[in-house]
Amino acid sequence: MPAETIPMLPAPLLEVRDLCVSFPSRGRMIPIVEHVSFTLGERDILGLVGESGSGKSVTAMALMGLIDSPGVQITGSALFRGQELVGLAQKQLLRLRGSEIAMIFQDPMTAFTPVYTIGWQIDEQIRAHERLSRKQARARTVELLADMGVPDPARTADRYPHQLSGGLRQRAMIAMALSCNPSLLIADEPTTALDVTVQAQILDLIRSLRSTYGSSVLLITHDMGVVAETCDTTLVLYSGRVAETGPTDALFAHPGHPYTAALLASIPPLDGPRPHRLPAIAGAPPAPLERPAGCAFAPRCSYAHETCRDAPPPLVPLVPAGQAGQAGQAGQNTGAQSAANIQQQSAQFAACVLPAEGTLLLPRLLEADTAMSSPGGIILGLSDQGIQPMLSSAGEPPL
Amino acid sequence: MMIALLRRLGQTVFVLFGISALVFLVFFATPGADPTARIAGRNASPQTMEKVRQEYGFDRPLPVQYATMMKKLFITQDLASYVDRGELVVPEIARAAPVTVSLVCGAAVIWVVLSIAMGTLAAALKGTWTDRSLMMLGLVGISMPVFWLGQVANLITQSRYHDTWLFSWVPGLGYVPLTENPWGWFKALVIPWIVLAVMFIGIYSRVLRADLVALSGEDFMRTARAKGLSPTRILLRHGLRTSMITFVSLFGLDFAQLVGGGALLTEVVFGLPGVGRLTYQALTNLDLPLIMATVMYSAVFVVLANAVVDVLYLFLDPRVRDAR
Repeated sequence: MPAETIPMLPAPLLEVRDLCVSFPSRGRMIPIVEHVSFTLGERDILGLVGESGSGKSVTAMALMGLIDSPGVQITGSALFRGQELVGLAQKQLLRLRGSEIAMIFQDPMTAFTPVYTIGWQIDEQIRAHERLSRKQARARTVELLADMGVPDPARTADRYPHQLSGGLRQRAMIAMALSCNPSLLIADEPTTALDVTVQAQILDLIRSLRSTYGSSVLLITHDMGVVAETCDTTLVLYSGRVAETGPTDALFAHPGHPYTAALLASIPPLDGPRPHRLPAIAGAPPAPLERPAGCAFAPRCSYAHETCRDAPPPLVPLVPAGQAGQAGQAGQNTGAQSAANIQQQSAQFAACVLPAEGTLLLPRLLEADTAMSSPGGIILGLSDQGIQPMLSSAGEPPL
Repeated sequence: MMIALLRRLGQTVFVLFGISALVFLVFFATPGADPTARIAGRNASPQTMEKVRQEYGFDRPLPVQYATMMKKLFITQDLASYVDRGELVVPEIARAAPVTVSLVCGAAVIWVVLSIAMGTLAAALKGTWTDRSLMMLGLVGISMPVFWLGQVANLITQSRYHDTWLFSWVPGLGYVPLTENPWGWFKALVIPWIVLAVMFIGIYSRVLRADLVALSGEDFMRTARAKGLSPTRILLRHGLRTSMITFVSLFGLDFAQLVGGGALLTEVVFGLPGVGRLTYQALTNLDLPLIMATVMYSAVFVVLANAVVDVLYLFLDPRVRDAR
């Protein structure tokens, strides 16, 4: 992996554009993932966040070419190092899978074949991609297990999956995924089945992978805490569509989509008075066939109005402070020019009509002392230097 | 390991005791039926009746009767059939057992090989015409009764087409011991083998296919695919290997049941003097000592085969290895 040479504008490792996945059911195509686009650079960690059924796992499986249900339709493009993954022949996929793109699964309890030892299964992957003897493969396996912090790796390699704890199994899983030095690691809810302490260890391990192995990680999760701790960039999926994407810090500080804001609002605060009830989002995400014509979140959104219901709102850049008012007008008047302008300054996008209309959500109050009290403005507090919350009210936006 | 084996042995003995007591009670202690008359046969003289009563202790309490029976069956082995003019029962079974074992082992080889091939092929080509026709074929195999299939096979190979080049090699009905003439043994048994195996091929290939298809949705199969393994390797090394656990438990039961006399119909149709046919004769003559002996023989086999399956499990499934 080219570790030393990082150019000024690195070509992205993975560039997904307009990825759509639909499954047939009773004669109709059900869109599960619609027009998902994102870019993952070398050594980046991208968090794919969403509720169950939001299409996170399907996106990952589509990238790996692991969806093979009859009649499934995958369109769009996913360029991995310039190679198109969508529609790639099985033979070439076999070569990529496991060696260039590896995957870690949610439940380490069931992800290993129960009748073979951990070491056998890791050896198998190594030998599937590289011409190594059994002994050499095993040596690499033991080394990998040791790297993953598995105690007594040589003995652990000879144990069966059921003989190991969940944390150890997930470490072994990661070791297996890394065994051929993949440049992209897709981790599908790697910590969901683990308890919190082990979760933290595994996340540390995943974070350290980019320095030790130079891997980029696509981390799929429904846990906002995991995202905040781990990811450089975050992509929020709602009902198969991108709701919001941006650098994790920015996205957490000033969510641009009401859905993201509502998700963040439902995290219990660590200090201050204990809320009586945590804010929750009323209702449930729509079933894929019942998605509204407009914004999928509109039926549950307290900001929803007429413009939300016609067509799915496009991803628009969020505007730095000071230009907010301009942008609001620009959205209606002389769009193209200033949009391009904004695009360069902002990396955060939301699929919502609010930024274009000039109505911006309240920034989240990360720390009490940075918050100044000023009565109820609705201008996004972001400057080029960073986040400057310009407003504080008693709590979170009323969602 | 040693303790586990001993415990297993203890269980086996216990189960055998239970079965023998049950069979004994059913045949010898049914109220209102005098076992003496049954053992002695129809129209037996009072002297014979008296002799039988003495020999089996029917004038003494039940536990003594049971003990006498077991002694005659397992220790002195002089249990004799009065119906069959004093033929000793135990050597009779000892002569019949190799026939049954030959028949069942050959059939088992055929059905295991073919059903694994068919089931795996069908699972690999799931949803195609190959899959559908293989499974249809399996269903046809299951629905043909073995005695009918046997008769048809006999009709074709023994009489109708016997004089054509295709079936002129088929010997007459009956059994040739392996030690006497291995080629003759094979020729005499190959058609019974196939006939007996047909139904099991159907069942096993369908079960295996269903198992493999269900497994293909498992997380570990997805992991195997994500590892970049070839589809063949995934199916055989991960899928089939895991399915073998179900397959072996099914096989153990059927195999034991057949060796224990369950191949009765095949043996009768093909005139093979095996345990099944012996049981059949014993039942038609109501030959109580012989029934007692064949049932015990069958029970021993079923219990032993289960013990063997349990040991096989230890090799096949590491999870079982640790559970004990």
